Amino acid sequence: MDLLYLIILIPAVSAAVLLLGGGATKRWGHLLGTAAPLVSFLLGVVAFARLAAGDEEALTQQLFTWIDTGGFHVEFGLLFDPLSALFVLLITGVGGLIHVYSIGYMEHDARRPRFFGYLNLFVAAMLTLVLADDYLGVFLGWEGVGLASYLLIGFWQHKDSAAVAAKKAFIVNRVGDLGMALAIMLMFATFGSTTFAGVESGMPEVSAATATALGLLLLLGACGKSAQVPLQSWLLDAMEGPTPVSALIHAATMVTAGVYLVTRSHFVYEQSQAAQLAVVVVGLVTLLWGAIIGCAKDDIKKALAGSTMSQIGYMMLAAGIGPAGYAFAIFHLLTHGFFKANLFLGAGSVMHAMNDEVDMRRYGALRAVMPITFLTFACGYLAIIGFPGFAGFWSKDAIIEAAFAEHIVVGIGALVGAGITAFYMTRLMIMTFVSERRWASEAHPHESSLVMTVPLMVLAGLSVFGGVLLLNGWIVDWLEPVFGPEEHVALPIPVVVMTLLTLAVVVVGAGTAFLLYARRRVDVVAPRRVSPLTKAARADLYGDALNEAAFMRPGQYLTRSMVYADNRGIDGAVNGVAALVGGTSGRIRRWQSGFVRNYALSMLAGSALLVLAVLAVRLA
Amino acid sequence: MSVTPFLVLSAVLFGVGAVGVLVRRNAIVVFMCVELMLNACNLAFITFARQHGNLDGQIAAFFVMVVAAAEVVVGLAIIMTIFRTRRSASVDDASLLKY
Repeated sequence: MDLLYLIILIPAVSAAVLLLGGGATKRWGHLLGTAAPLVSFLLGVVAFARLAAGDEEALTQQLFTWIDTGGFHVEFGLLFDPLSALFVLLITGVGGLIHVYSIGYMEHDARRPRFFGYLNLFVAAMLTLVLADDYLGVFLGWEGVGLASYLLIGFWQHKDSAAVAAKKAFIVNRVGDLGMALAIMLMFATFGSTTFAGVESGMPEVSAATATALGLLLLLGACGKSAQVPLQSWLLDAMEGPTPVSALIHAATMVTAGVYLVTRSHFVYEQSQAAQLAVVVVGLVTLLWGAIIGCAKDDIKKALAGSTMSQIGYMMLAAGIGPAGYAFAIFHLLTHGFFKANLFLGAGSVMHAMNDEVDMRRYGALRAVMPITFLTFACGYLAIIGFPGFAGFWSKDAIIEAAFAEHIVVGIGALVGAGITAFYMTRLMIMTFVSERRWASEAHPHESSLVMTVPLMVLAGLSVFGGVLLLNGWIVDWLEPVFGPEEHVALPIPVVVMTLLTLAVVVVGAGTAFLLYARRRVDVVAPRRVSPLTKAARADLYGDALNEAAFMRPGQYLTRSMVYADNRGIDGAVNGVAALVGGTSGRIRRWQSGFVRNYALSMLAGSALLVLAVLAVRLA
Repeated sequence: MSVTPFLVLSAVLFGVGAVGVLVRRNAIVVFMCVELMLNACNLAFITFARQHGNLDGQIAAFFVMVVAAAEVVVGLAIIMTIFRTRRSASVDDASLLKY
């Protein structure tokens, strides 16, 4: 389709207008900013319909020659295949709803047009990432997403914590970007091409070592963007940004980029068992890591952030399993996009009502005050814990089944993760909406305006009915042109038993949370005397401490010693020579006394010396 | 004819001039001593020219005279100007151009 480029261009142009227009866009900036992703969404739907009509396997468009130097030739082309199509619809659809919501959420912010400019930039970069047909094009979007997330997380940069969080996100992402950049260089060195098609066709011939290296480097890149262990530390701090940003980062964009990269590069991972195993391990560790953190946080946004890490861990796990899991990874990504956007926007609505209070220990009994937020949040809640019939039930169940088919340890890990998810989400739900009122007397909670609640209702609907994507295995068939036929691995136990087992674990998790938080009073101030595990989870499982001890402190020592060596050694030598010359000339200068007779005397003495020297040579 | 007396006279004149330049403060006297030294050199030039029987030394002496005349013009003008501004002809007073 010839208009494919408009999907990216419209938000990009809108971002440019909003960011360059400054105060002139004050009155209509939010409308333009919201219209841009929605128009892109419509274009995406048109393209999707053409793809679904079945005439073509993928829509492509060559735009221009990007780089042409000697042996290095890169065309900038777009590829709209079934995988990209789902991403485009998710990004522009959920992203568009978040834009609508932001109109209300940022209403009192003086810099609202700029906020929308950044949001559009974010969407445009993410669309470039998923539409490029070349790893280099993906990298362009990849960096754009990094930039936009930096700008948005630090949007309230007058707060020190927000500025620091933005820098942290940017720097941690740089580590991942390094992996991505090295992977692209390795691709070019090995295949002489960086297009998806070029790499895919060259993949079967490469050595196992190259395939593994490629897989691990891409995984490093994916870890950075998707906040997987060991590059997870930025995600929790990223909550410093305005809440719609958190929703955008966590649901529609950014963290899904890593999953996209791994599934898009499935042909790389299929050549390397080791790299696949690494993806599974990263996914498994992260899904438990994030879930444990989520259990201990009292900040509603941080609890949800832990949950995002955990859910992305599920997707990575599924993506690492291989052909049996790719489609389910994408399926979970979509349903997660729905219910996580729903939950984050709901949390934002609560914060909005509570004067930006984020501590759940100061909420309680909000269901009566904010019925719409409560009901929509409940839909998201039921979806994420996997309540039968809701979106998350279908997608998470499929992943747990695939995990059990892969290995019993992986399966049990995924199952336990589901239980913990039920625990922390129930805890969050009870502390916020149920239990007794704990808010301060000056808080006057109220239901948010329609512009904020309508996106919530739409997302709640999607959270409930998102499971229809799996109807008749639709999503698996839809993605078959990209991933090849699904290898269905038979489970040792019947699927029904498996589902019941999962449900039982979820009930145990939710029930524990109910006993702990609904039956007992919740303290307004977080208790100090808690188990070591809670302490560790409150400190993000010491991820920051580890980074500080292993990288930051040695780095600081190194730079400090370099500065010392520079000041004392190199500067010392240079300054020393200068001081020597200066001091000597200061002394010699004294000879220039200004007395003419002095000069005459020195001339005479000089002449006498010359004569003597000549005589000495003559006589010798 | 021996050249020794002429050279001795030349050396004595040069020495007197050099000592005068070094010890006297009055700029006019210093100037006259410089002239004395130049003319001592002239005497030596001419003596050697006479001894060798050619004109090289004589020509050199003429050059020295011309240069000395030009130098006197410039030098006296400078001394005049300094005297006008400072009311002094002492070379030690004009010592501002220094480190």
